[in-house]
Amino acid sequence: MTFSPELEARFEKFLAKYPADRKRSAVIPMLIYGQDEVGAITDELINEVAKRTGATPLQVTEVVGFYSMLHRKPQGKYHVQVCTNISCLLVGGAELWEQACKKTGLGHKETSKDGLISLEEVECMGACSWAPAVQVNYDFYHDVTPEQLDKLIDGLAAGKKPEQIAEVTKVSC
Amino acid sequence: MLYNQPNPLEVKVLSRRFTLPNSQSIETYLANDGYKALEKALGMTQDQIIDEVKASGLRGRGGAGFPTGLKWSFVPRQSPKPKYIVVNADESEPGTCKDRLLIEYDPHQLIEGVIIAGQAVGAEQGYIYIRGEYRYLIDVMDRAIDEAYARGVLGDNVMGSGRKFHLASHSGAGAYECGEESALLESFEGKRGNPRIRPPFPAVAGCYQSPTILNNVETFCAVPAIFLNGGAYFAGLGSPKNGGTRLFCLSGHVNKPGVYELPMGFNLMRMINEVGGGVRGGKKLKAVIPGGSSCPVLKADECDIAMDYDSVAAAKSMLGSGGVVVMDEDTCMVNAALRIMKFYAHESCGWCIPCREGTTWLKKLLTRFHEGMGQRSDIVLIGDLSKNMLGRTFCPLGDAAAMPTIAFVEKFKDEFEAHLDGKPCPYEKSNRMVAA
Repeated sequence: MTFSPELEARFEKFLAKYPADRKRSAVIPMLIYGQDEVGAITDELINEVAKRTGATPLQVTEVVGFYSMLHRKPQGKYHVQVCTNISCLLVGGAELWEQACKKTGLGHKETSKDGLISLEEVECMGACSWAPAVQVNYDFYHDVTPEQLDKLIDGLAAGKKPEQIAEVTKVSC
Repeated sequence: MLYNQPNPLEVKVLSRRFTLPNSQSIETYLANDGYKALEKALGMTQDQIIDEVKASGLRGRGGAGFPTGLKWSFVPRQSPKPKYIVVNADESEPGTCKDRLLIEYDPHQLIEGVIIAGQAVGAEQGYIYIRGEYRYLIDVMDRAIDEAYARGVLGDNVMGSGRKFHLASHSGAGAYECGEESALLESFEGKRGNPRIRPPFPAVAGCYQSPTILNNVETFCAVPAIFLNGGAYFAGLGSPKNGGTRLFCLSGHVNKPGVYELPMGFNLMRMINEVGGGVRGGKKLKAVIPGGSSCPVLKADECDIAMDYDSVAAAKSMLGSGGVVVMDEDTCMVNAALRIMKFYAHESCGWCIPCREGTTWLKKLLTRFHEGMGQRSDIVLIGDLSKNMLGRTFCPLGDAAAMPTIAFVEKFKDEFEAHLDGKPCPYEKSNRMVAA
C-alpha cells in the first residue's frame, strides 16, 4: 500500500518514538493518521499497519473496533460533530443537535449522498466552558448558536472551506 | 487570545504566561522563568526532588487527588528496568477543559515538569498521550518538543548535565476509558483500552511493564512553579494538605463560564457568584456537579464549601478534575442523570460485567423514567443497581457512573416522583433528550 510522502515521513517518525521491540505502540497513531488520508480504516490499511508494527492483522482489527474515532466506512469530507454531553446540554446542545439533523437531513453517524457532510452526536470534546461546542473534523467551534450552525452547514454545502465561512470562527488552528 | 476573560480573583501560577504574545514559543518561555526550575532540579538529588514535591502538597489533578510526591516515591528507582514518564492528556471527563489550555498556551511548562519528574526517578523517556480529538494540540506539542530538542533542553545531554531525556507525543483515537491510567497504558501499547488489574500500580509495572510515573497534564504543569519558588511557597497558596492553585472549569448556567485559576480551597459559592458572575438570567441555583460528571451532585444548600479535596469529600462528593457544572432551578435532574448515564453506557469498555451491564440497564431505567413510564419501585431499583456496581470493577468507571446516580436519586427524589404516573416532565424546556 502506498501513502503520500508526508504520511510516510510521519509513519517513520511514529515508529522511531518507541523502543525497537515495542513498535506496536504506533498502531493507534498510524491508524488515525492513516484514516485521515485513506478516508477509512480499510483492510489494506489494517494489514499495512500490522506489517509495519509487528502486530497481527487481528490485533489491529480489534483495536479499530474499540475507539470511537476509528471507522471502517468513509465519513463525509466534513465530519460535523455536535456535543450534547452535560455542559453542552445545559446551554442548548440538544437543540443544536436537532438543528444539525434538520438542516442536513441526516441522523447520527449518517453521511450525505455526495459524501460532503456527515453528522455525529458526540460525547464531551473538552469545550465545556465555551459550550455548546461543535467540531468539524479536528477544528473546534465554541459557543455555537443554531443560526451559526446553519450558516456553517450552508457554507460547507456550497463548497466553501470552513475558514472561508465568515459567520463562524474556528477557535483552534 | 484567551477563550474567556480573566477574573481579578484569579491567582495565576500555572496560567501566568497564557496572555503573553507567542506564549507557545520557547523564546517567550525562556524569557519568563522558563527552564529555570529544571536547572535547579538538575542540581538536586532524586530524594531532594521528591521531598520538594511532597512539601508542596501537590495532589493529582486528574481527579483522584493522590499526593504527587508520594506517588513518585513509589517508583522503585533501583529497578534495572528503564523508567518512563507518561502524561495523561486524554482529558475527557465531561465538564473539564483545562488541560487543553495548558498545552495550547504553555506547552513548555508541561515539558519542563515532565523532565523534572524524569530526574526524580532516573527516567530517560517520556510520552504525552493526547486524546485524538485534540489534534491541533498534538501539533502544538510537537512544535514545542522540537524547539526543546533544538535548544538542548531535551536529548542526550539535558541542559549540559550529561543526562538523557527524550519526549514524544502520542495520539489516542477517542475513548473516555483511556483517561484511566491502566487503560491508558494498554492503549499506549497499541491495544484496546481495557483496564489492568491493580496492584501492581503503574509506579511498579506501568508503561511496557516498567516503573512509570503517570500524572495528569495539570499535575506536571504545577511542578516548575514548585521548584522555582519552593514547595513551601506552593503549599501556602492552597489550603491545608491541598497545595497550590487549580484550574477550575466553570460551565453550565453561569453568566461567565470559563477556565479560572483559583487557590485550592476557594469557596464554591464565591466561585459561582463572584468569578462566574452568578446564575444566568437571575435564576436560582439548583445544583452543582463540583468536579466533572463522575462526582456526586451537590444541592444548592450544600455549596457553601471550600473547593479542595478534603472539604468536597467531607460533603460526600469529589473535587475530581475541576469541572464545575452549574445547574439552575429549571434543570430537570432526571434528565441530567440520564444524560450522564448515557455517556457512561457509551464509554464503558465492557471489560467488567457490573459496569457494562449496570450502565446499560441504568440508561434504560432512566430513559423509561424520564419518558414518564417509570414506576415507584424503579426509584429503589436505580439506587440498588448503582450500589451493586460500586467497587466491583477493575477501574473506577463503574463507580464514576454509579456514584452520581445514587446522589441524583437520593437528593432529588421529589423530582423522580414528579415524573411518575405518566406525568410529563415538569421541566419542559430542559426536556430535550437526544438519541445517541
